[in-house]
Amino acid sequence: MIAAAEPTTTWYLLLSALLFVIGMVGVMIRRNPLVMFMCIELMLNAVNLSFVSLAPRVANIDGQTAVFFVLVVAAAEVVVGLGIIVSIMRGRTHATVDDVAELKG
Amino acid sequence: MELFVFICAAVMVLLGALGVILRSNPVHAALSLVLTLFGVAVLFVAQEAHFLAAVQVIVYAGAIVVLFLFVIMLLGVDKAEDIKTEPLTAQRPLALVLGVGVFAVLAAAIVTSTESVVRRGEGLSVTNVEDPDANIRQIARSIFGDYVFAFEVVSILLLVAVVGTVLLTRRQRREAVVSK
Repeated sequence: MIAAAEPTTTWYLLLSALLFVIGMVGVMIRRNPLVMFMCIELMLNAVNLSFVSLAPRVANIDGQTAVFFVLVVAAAEVVVGLGIIVSIMRGRTHATVDDVAELKG
Repeated sequence: MELFVFICAAVMVLLGALGVILRSNPVHAALSLVLTLFGVAVLFVAQEAHFLAAVQVIVYAGAIVVLFLFVIMLLGVDKAEDIKTEPLTAQRPLALVLGVGVFAVLAAAIVTSTESVVRRGEGLSVTNVEDPDANIRQIARSIFGDYVFAFEVVSILLLVAVVGTVLLTRRQRREAVVSK
């Protein structure tokens, strides 16, 4: 066993940066609106992770409070977003965001 | 030990995240999202954020992913889609290049700046055997003390979101019902 290397804040922040980038690439390469929404959730989670990692570092609970509010707003955002997706995509067999171009007046 | 937990959770998070963007079936993507969310919850526990870990599992894995799965089933898009063809040919290489670039910028910023973070609070209460709910008490004091106004606004936001979604997804009845 290697001499106990503690994971430092930097490691957590690098992991959250990686998670954020994966979510960002996902939004750009996927065409399914539901999967794009999941990628947005990935990005939100990455930011939450960095908030929580920095909270002990700055010795302040406010980061965790911010994560709580991000969770609530994410829930509201998912509800509204999925409602919009359902009302647009209802009755279509292939759900891709390219179909939404047909909505333009 | 902490390193072991970190590595396991990081592998869960990254595998799940890659699963979300690479699986062609939306149901599999949603289940990979659950893996990522649980990994993040483990990392929260490792960082002494016990309350947020519980909320993460309950709200994200319990509510949001279930909502995703409901919508996938409702729309009937739970078949593997064709992710090989890409209508915009340049988009994938560009997305990869941009992703690597953004990660490089973020990593450089993180590596150079984490040493300069200053302590400016009175410290986190650490949960232990004598005081098993220290984290919850501290976060409750913050939410219902310093941020109580934001908390009330957020509750209105949730109400508006629920009402708005019901309005959005309601099937349009015939106008006749109204005119009679």
